[in-house]
Amino acid sequence: MSMTATVGRAHADPHHIGVVVEHPGPAPKRTVTAYGFWVFLLSDIVMFSCFFAAYAVLVSQTADGPKGSEIFEQRNVAIETVCLLLSSFTCGMASIAADVRNRFWFYLGMTVTCVLGLIFLAIEFREFADLVSRGYGPSRSAFLSAFFSLVGCHGLHVSAGVLWLLTMMAQVFAKGFRADVLRRMMCFALFWHALDIIWVGVFSVVYLLGSGV
Amino acid sequence: MSDQTHMHVEHDIAPGDEEQHSVGERIIGYVVGLGLALLLTATSFFIAGTDLVWQPSIPVALIVLAIAQMGVHLVFFLHITTGPDNTNNVLALAFGLLVVFLVVGGTVWIMSHLNQNMPPMDQFIRMHS
Repeated sequence: MSMTATVGRAHADPHHIGVVVEHPGPAPKRTVTAYGFWVFLLSDIVMFSCFFAAYAVLVSQTADGPKGSEIFEQRNVAIETVCLLLSSFTCGMASIAADVRNRFWFYLGMTVTCVLGLIFLAIEFREFADLVSRGYGPSRSAFLSAFFSLVGCHGLHVSAGVLWLLTMMAQVFAKGFRADVLRRMMCFALFWHALDIIWVGVFSVVYLLGSGV
Repeated sequence: MSDQTHMHVEHDIAPGDEEQHSVGERIIGYVVGLGLALLLTATSFFIAGTDLVWQPSIPVALIVLAIAQMGVHLVFFLHITTGPDNTNNVLALAFGLLVVFLVVGGTVWIMSHLNQNMPPMDQFIRMHS
């Protein structure tokens, strides 16, 4: 009787403010794991915000070296952005396929995600190698140090993500869609989407704002 | 029986997970997100290189577009919603954003004041001679 009353009131006030409800017991493991990983991702974003702050402070300290507008190539950045965005979409498709346990679409989605991630990394690596060969390496000026650490840190995350992606494909191949494998797949999808969010900040703040200055 | 439905109502949803939807609806969600994100990205790149708008408004527009796109990613890809089963995820996100704004805003604020009040020595001497 009291149970129905609680449920009825909970319905009227979905956030349960001021309503005492019986404790439903521990949350499912999937929720706990993903929540913990979500907190890790937020702390990773806080770490990136330190790199962004350093970049914002040092962006004008070029030490008579090149400015951002002289070394950035918008066309490459646009291709990188589209690659990462599409890979985020295909990663979402792969996680749906994992949830409905469809191997073909899972492998297809993960493969496309991997290829797009590798294209992104190749373009970024070529850009870095080109800058270093022209003498504009990270030791040239404070601006370039901040630029290489911020963009390079994101690139390292993407590289780690690609390795994780291949691990997930191998695990599904070897173990199938077990509950623990699905939890890892979920964390990987969160990681990959979060990297795309950070890239939105990078291309807006570093490349687009920097090319105008 | 009623106990079980009660328990089902109470549990939080994992970040990244959606409420019960069919596969078709989930795919449409990702397609809508992709479309919006592509639109915002294209606008950003267009605004950055155009002479059509008042130049000093460009940085503000770029920042607004970036924040909008991050919102699109959070809603359509990470499935962070305002629903009651998402409260913990949103609170964690809010705390993360607070720290991000403190770090970035505080750093830029303090360092710009230091730049104004402590110019390099040669500039300082020029000012006072």
